[in-house]
Amino acid sequence: MLTDRAKVVVKKEMNFWERIYLPAILGGTLITIKHLFKRKTTIKFPEVKREISAVWRGQHVLKRDEHGAERCTACGLCAVACPAEAITMTAAERKKGEENLYREEKYAAVYEINMLRCIFCGLCEEACPKEAIFLTDRIESTDYSRQAFIFGKDKLVEPVDKRIDVTKRQTSEVLEFKKNKQLSHNR
Amino acid sequence: MIAFLTYKGILVLIIFTITLAVAAYSTYAERKVAAFLQDRIGPDRAGPFGLLQPLADGAKFFFKEEIIPNVSNKTLFILGPSIAMLTALMTGVVVPWGNELVIGGNTYLLQIADLDVGILYVFGVVSIGVYGIMIGGWASNNKFSLLGAIRASAQMISYEIAMGLAIIALILMTGTLSLREMSLQQMGGVGAHWNFWNVVYQPLGFLIFLVCAFAECNRTPFDLPECETELVGGYHTEYSSMKLGLYLFAEYINMFISSAVISTLYFGGFNFPFMNDLGLSANWITVIGTAFFFAKITFFIFFFMWIRWTIPRFRYDQLMNLGWRGMIPLAIFNIVLSGLISLFVHR
Amino acid sequence: MTLYLFYFLSFVAILSALLVVFSKSPIHSILYLIITFFSIAGHYVLQNAQFLAAVHIIVYAGAIMVLFLYVIMLLNLNKETEPHKTSLAKIAAVICAGSMMVVLVASLKGASYLMAKPGGDIGLVKNLGKVLFDEFLLPFELSSILLLAAMVGVVMVGKQDQRTQILTNTPSTEANKIE
Repeated sequence: MLTDRAKVVVKKEMNFWERIYLPAILGGTLITIKHLFKRKTTIKFPEVKREISAVWRGQHVLKRDEHGAERCTACGLCAVACPAEAITMTAAERKKGEENLYREEKYAAVYEINMLRCIFCGLCEEACPKEAIFLTDRIESTDYSRQAFIFGKDKLVEPVDKRIDVTKRQTSEVLEFKKNKQLSHNR
Repeated sequence: MIAFLTYKGILVLIIFTITLAVAAYSTYAERKVAAFLQDRIGPDRAGPFGLLQPLADGAKFFFKEEIIPNVSNKTLFILGPSIAMLTALMTGVVVPWGNELVIGGNTYLLQIADLDVGILYVFGVVSIGVYGIMIGGWASNNKFSLLGAIRASAQMISYEIAMGLAIIALILMTGTLSLREMSLQQMGGVGAHWNFWNVVYQPLGFLIFLVCAFAECNRTPFDLPECETELVGGYHTEYSSMKLGLYLFAEYINMFISSAVISTLYFGGFNFPFMNDLGLSANWITVIGTAFFFAKITFFIFFFMWIRWTIPRFRYDQLMNLGWRGMIPLAIFNIVLSGLISLFVHR
Repeated sequence: MTLYLFYFLSFVAILSALLVVFSKSPIHSILYLIITFFSIAGHYVLQNAQFLAAVHIIVYAGAIMVLFLYVIMLLNLNKETEPHKTSLAKIAAVICAGSMMVVLVASLKGASYLMAKPGGDIGLVKNLGKVLFDEFLLPFELSSILLLAAMVGVVMVGKQDQRTQILTNTPSTEANKIE
C-alpha cells in the first residue's frame, strides 16, 4: 500500500435514500455546478505558453563560432554519451578553402539525431568538449511521418544570420558544473 | 384561406429554423458545458468563443466519406436516420410557443396547430421515434447495432408507460389534453392573481416525467443504446457522414422539444410572474412571454447537459428495475393521489 | 379535397396491407403494417376522430408493432429456418381466414347505420368521454377489467416461481462460497 487513501470496498444493501438515487444525484449536481465557476486550468497553447523552467531541455542546436564556422569536430563523444543511442554522425576532412565553414580540420558531414529516441537528458551537451551541441528552450515541432523526426544538420545547425541564444539555460549553477567538466577533461 | 396558409407556412418555417438553430447550438453548448463542468475551456478556435463551431461541425459531416455497409439493407439503412429526424421535427407542431399576437385586427396564434389531443399527439410521435433507431440498428447488419437498437426499443417502451401515467395525473387536474389550454390555465403566476404553475400541484408527476424524458431522449444516465464502452457506438456504429449527423442532431432536437414540453406542462409555458400587473399591452406580454418560454427551455436544456456530465450511466438491469419497479408504481400512486385530492379539495 | 385524401389514404392502406401479406422478409411485412396503421389513423383524422387516431398510433404503431419488430429482430427469421407447412395446415389456414372474412363482411353489411357523418364532433375527447362513461359505461368497465386481468396474469407469469428460484439460485450461492 503506497498511500493511506486505499478504501476497502464493502458490498452492502443500499438503504432507502440510496435506493431512490435522488440525494446522491442532487449532491453530484451541486459538485459539478461548483466547478462551473472555478478557474479553468486550460492554457490556450500557441498564444499562451506554459511557464518552463530556466534549465528546460528542449530541441538541440549545433552552434557556430563567432566567425560563423561550425564548432562540431565529429569526435563522437555525444553519440557515446547518449543513453538512447539517438545520435549518429559521419566525419569528414576539411578541404582547403573551407576554413570559414568549419572551425577545425575534421567536421561532421552528416549529423543526425533521432528525435523519437531522444530522451532530452542533456548528456550530449555535457559530453561535448567543443561547446558545439546545446539543448535549447525550443519545443520540437510535430510532424506526420517518422522519417521527419530524424533531424539532420539542416535542422540542427543554427543559421549564420539567425543565431540561437543558448545563454538562457546557462545559469550560474550550470556554468559552475561545466567548469568542473573542463577540469576533468584537462586532467 | 390563402392568408391563413401563408401565416401558417411562415410560422412553420420560423419554428423549423429555430429548432435547427437551437439543436445546432445545443451541440456547441453541450461541449462548452462539459468543458466548464470539468474546469476546461471547450471549443474556442472557430470564431469568437468558438461560436462558429456548429457550422464547422456541420461542414465536416457533409464532406466526410459516406459509407453504406455492403451487407446492409440499403433502403432501410437510409430510412433509419430519416425517420429519426422526421419524428424529432414533427413534435414541435403542437407546442404553444407563445400566446396570440393581434396585428391589424387579425389574431395570430403562435402555435402551428392547437390540436384537441395535443399531448397525445406528442406521445404518438415520440412512440414512433423509436423506429428510426430500431430500423437503423437492424439494417446495419451489425451485432452491436442490433443490440443498441433492441436496448433502445425496450427502454423507450418501458419509460413511455411511466411517462403516460405521469401525464394522466396532470390531465386529471387540468381537464384538457390541449397544450395551449394547459398553458392558459397556468396564466397569472405570482402577482395579483395567485395561480401557480403546475409543478406546484404535481411535483411527483413532474419528477417522473423528467426522468422519463431523459430516458426517451436517450440521454445520460439512460444512454444505454449508444453505450460506447460495451457497444462501440450502439445503433449508429455503422453510420458515417451526415447520416450519423442526422441521428446526433435528432437527439438534440428531441432534447429541445422535451424541454419545451416540460416547460409547457409543468412550468407555465409562455406565462411569467407578474405578467398581468405590469400594465403592458397584450402584444408585449406575448412577446415577453415567448422570450420567457425560451429562457425556460434553455434552462432545461442546460439541466439535461448538467445531469449528463454529473451522473454515470445506469447498468441495464438497474435501468429496467427503475422503470418497471420504481417509476410505474410511483406514477400509479401519483394518479390515485391526484384523483383523491381533486375529488376532495376541489380546485 | 377530403374525398381525394380519402381515396389516397385508402389506396395506401390497401396497397400496404397487400404488401404485408406478399413481402418475403418479415421485417418488411411489419414496416408495411405500420404504414397501414398510419393510413387508417389518417382515416380517423378525416372523420375528425382525433383522439382515436392518436391512441391508435400510440398503441398500435408505437407499442405493439415495436414489440413485433423487437421479437422478429431477435428471432432472425430467414428461408432456411422456415418450417415446412403441410397441405393440411394450409387448407386449415384458408378455411380460417375465409370464415373470418365472411364474418367481417357480414358485420360490415349490417352496420350501415353506424356510418359517421364527416366533420362531426363525436371524435373529440370531451364528447367521446361523455359517450364512453354514459352510454357505454358497462362495456368500457368490462374491457378495463379484462385488461387488468391480463396485466395480473402477465405479472404472475413474469414473476419467478419460488421453487425454480431456489433451484436456480443454489449453484450460484455455492459458487460464491467457493470463491
